[in-house]
Amino acid sequence: MNWGVLLFPGSNCAEDCFHAVDQILGKPVKYLWHKDTELGDVDAIIIPGGFSYGDHLRPGAIAHLSPAMLAVKEFAAAGGLVIGICNGFQILTESRMLPGSLLQNRGLKFLCQDQTLKVDNPDTPFTSEYDAGDVVVFPIAHNEGNYYAAPETIAEMEANGQILFRYCNADGEVSDSTNPNGSIHSIAGIINRTGNVVGMMPHPERSADIVLGLNEGKGVFVSMLKHLEANHG
Amino acid sequence: MTEKKAGMEEKIWRKAGLTDSEYELLTKHMGREPNTVELALYAQMWSEHCGYTHTRPLFKHFLTTGPRIVQGPGENAGIVDIDDNEVITFKLESHNHPSAIAPFQGAATGVGGIIRDILAMGAYPIASLNSLHFGHPGEKGHTRWLISEVIHGIGEYGNCVGVPTVGGEVRFSNAYKGNPLVNAMCVGFMGKSEIKKAIATGVGNSLMIVGNLTGRDGMGGASFASKDLEEENDDDRGAIQVGDPFMEKLLIEACLEVFQEDYVVGVQDMGAAGILSSSVETASKAGNGVEIDVALVPKREEAMRPEEVMISESQERMLLIVKKGMEDKVNKIFHKWDLHAVVIGHVTDDGMYRVLEDGRTVGEVPVWSLMDAPTYVLEGKEPAHLKETRAFKNDLVALPEDLNDVLLKLLGAPDICSKEWVYRQYDHRVQMNTVVKPGSDAAILRIKGRDKGIGITMDSNGRYCYLNPRRGAQSIVAESARNQVVSGAEPIAITDGLNFGNPEKPEVYYQLEQSILGISEACRALDTPVIGGNASLYNQTPEFGAIYPTPIIGMTGLVKSLDHVTTMEFKDKDDLVILIGETKEELGASEYLDIIHGLVSGDVPELDLELERKAQDFILHIIREGLVKSAHDLGDGGLAVALAESCIASGFGANVFLDLDMRADALLFGESQTRFMLSAGSDSAEKIIDLAAEKGLIAGVIGRVTETQDVIIRNMDEKLIEIPVEDCRDAFATGFDKLMKTD
Repeated sequence: MNWGVLLFPGSNCAEDCFHAVDQILGKPVKYLWHKDTELGDVDAIIIPGGFSYGDHLRPGAIAHLSPAMLAVKEFAAAGGLVIGICNGFQILTESRMLPGSLLQNRGLKFLCQDQTLKVDNPDTPFTSEYDAGDVVVFPIAHNEGNYYAAPETIAEMEANGQILFRYCNADGEVSDSTNPNGSIHSIAGIINRTGNVVGMMPHPERSADIVLGLNEGKGVFVSMLKHLEANHG
Repeated sequence: MTEKKAGMEEKIWRKAGLTDSEYELLTKHMGREPNTVELALYAQMWSEHCGYTHTRPLFKHFLTTGPRIVQGPGENAGIVDIDDNEVITFKLESHNHPSAIAPFQGAATGVGGIIRDILAMGAYPIASLNSLHFGHPGEKGHTRWLISEVIHGIGEYGNCVGVPTVGGEVRFSNAYKGNPLVNAMCVGFMGKSEIKKAIATGVGNSLMIVGNLTGRDGMGGASFASKDLEEENDDDRGAIQVGDPFMEKLLIEACLEVFQEDYVVGVQDMGAAGILSSSVETASKAGNGVEIDVALVPKREEAMRPEEVMISESQERMLLIVKKGMEDKVNKIFHKWDLHAVVIGHVTDDGMYRVLEDGRTVGEVPVWSLMDAPTYVLEGKEPAHLKETRAFKNDLVALPEDLNDVLLKLLGAPDICSKEWVYRQYDHRVQMNTVVKPGSDAAILRIKGRDKGIGITMDSNGRYCYLNPRRGAQSIVAESARNQVVSGAEPIAITDGLNFGNPEKPEVYYQLEQSILGISEACRALDTPVIGGNASLYNQTPEFGAIYPTPIIGMTGLVKSLDHVTTMEFKDKDDLVILIGETKEELGASEYLDIIHGLVSGDVPELDLELERKAQDFILHIIREGLVKSAHDLGDGGLAVALAESCIASGFGANVFLDLDMRADALLFGESQTRFMLSAGSDSAEKIIDLAAEKGLIAGVIGRVTETQDVIIRNMDEKLIEIPVEDCRDAFATGFDKLMKTD
């Protein structure tokens, strides 16, 4: 059960994702290099957060042109699990593997805080460890996390259960005042139609190691692991 | 050789920032007059910023060694041992003048510069902190622009480069209105065997420049930092550097990969005075010479003069001293990261610093002479204001009628209120080591794979040092150490940032000298050697005069087990609140006098360093014994503010009973030193009181943590304070935002 963490120049959270798989899940993990077109033997790919190519032009705009992204598309087309976190989410929207895009936060400032999220759809390979309506805390840290997609796209995504997490308050209430960055429908994380590619702005890996006071994000990795194990028989 | 000599009539050395006597000295060293290239070399290397001309003689007072000190002053950063063959390296650096003129870039490049100092030691940078001082945020206009831009600059750089900004301080006084202070600190981690040095050994070894191209940005930054800020700073705009955190991130990754191999004998970051100072320092340490050809330096601008290339402060560059024959291997690793490593010169055996242009010598001076900046020991004079401020008596101010109102005002005061507005713009969690976040007494980072951590703090108090430079400086070191011990960390060592006005003014020199003595005394008493630091002098403007004398102390401590990590917020209802230390009737120098009475006056509260050490050892001991649930030091705003803070951060209230016969304001808001507020279960509290008595420390149970969410303080039979915690939280949490929006 090999995991891969895709490394771009400027990927700051690659080591954190590596740590989550290696130390918290205790599973084999390796780095994948952005210049490679062959990803080798991996069963799940994490596209980590950070500032790939210094966010030049637009977050994710240059990274999505990297040779490795072709391989990621091939991997996803074959049903492989891909999760993009923070900048990884931005790269996935730039590459059109996920709908919509991430605009600048409505407060026009970088925002780093522990954020309460409501689990919207627990019936995916990424969220099976949660129950619908669970309120969990994952840190956020971004300047462009304001998710937007056209109304008809949003309607379709809502109908398909493609919204995985929404920003909320401690009581699980979702409203404009509990929305840190202005995302449409308070969307914090989404999944593609086929259910194997996820993008989310909050950092589950930063909420995986209890030494740091939070560990509800571990469920994302455990969900993925269980799915992989089940499918490998 | 460039024929143009320094014309006596023009006295061009003065324009370069050298005095007549310095010019005379350097011609003596050279045995002739310098050409323009050589003059530029001396002007930069002999500036206060590079040469520490006024501060070096005073550094002899510092304790710089100790059982945990692996590297004291003299390298890019000091190093301390944190057991298990692991070390941390840390340093702070000022970027005051650039931040005054171009606050975004000035602050950003300050962060970048100190990160490279840490990288040059061979370490992975694991944390950034910063200490910021501005004019009062309640005034519209320039000050608010500076605040927003500096914070934005720090965030943009730190967030992108992937080093968490885990703590620090933001303080305000109109003493900084014309000249804000931006001091950045960085901490790195590595194995003991991975330490690198800034040394150019091995004749024939190559000097390789890595990272950014060299341009005309940051020309003469070192000498710009070594004179007063003038009204017309536009001429110095070229002295501001421009930062590229993405390049820095690549530089970190590539350098650390190169350091894994045995290719490099020495490393130095290029900070003030760029290629020049980095290469001179490495050559001087090895007793060697170096030869650099400016034509080989990759440039981003055309027709740069040799001296421009030598002193450019273009950011994100490092100098590597590479073993002869290993250059291609080094370049291959940089190439992987889309960077280039380029040979620009080599180590020689003749002790000369030689600058070539296309193979032709354009400047040649002895290496030792560049490092031998003249030093100045001046005569200090006690500032006139001290006579008046020392004469302050408590009865000069009236006791306010509504003490609840005073407490709320203090909780919302600029220096005390929550700085979440600031630190939520900083990624403080990246790298996944942050155990205790910003907004606490100390930031705590875990060391991965071990049950241990480090405490990091950055503290200052300009007002204290203005009112008593010596005791003020002692107090800052003591407070830093208090912040460490209440967090469960054993203080190890400090780095100091000496921010002062123009030292050529006797009153400023007095402040500088007294502050250094104060730091030195406290560091000896608390056993926290000085392992490096930075001096930023000439912080004054014609309009606003000199800043408060502002030594800033960056301290690290060792958390021997993560079980010891302790925070300020109350943990359980019915726990007992314990006060350790003596409360005296001291109002002098307090935040209370400043905020409520508009007075910066009085003397700094008494400080007994021996008692301080005893109390700190005791606090650390009872924390390690597991007796303490929460711990907080009493600082700005005194007992009442500390109590309110412990309630605000928890979901509890507190009911406190005091029995001291003194003015209510001194009791509640006075800043008597060496005091700690703890909470503990009743059995533990009993033990703590007994143990304190054994040590001869004053300690008492003063109250209880309550489910009822009110902060209540009684003294004898009088109720002094009764406020809902929610009101306190509101004042504390919204204070900064409100100040920034005041019309």
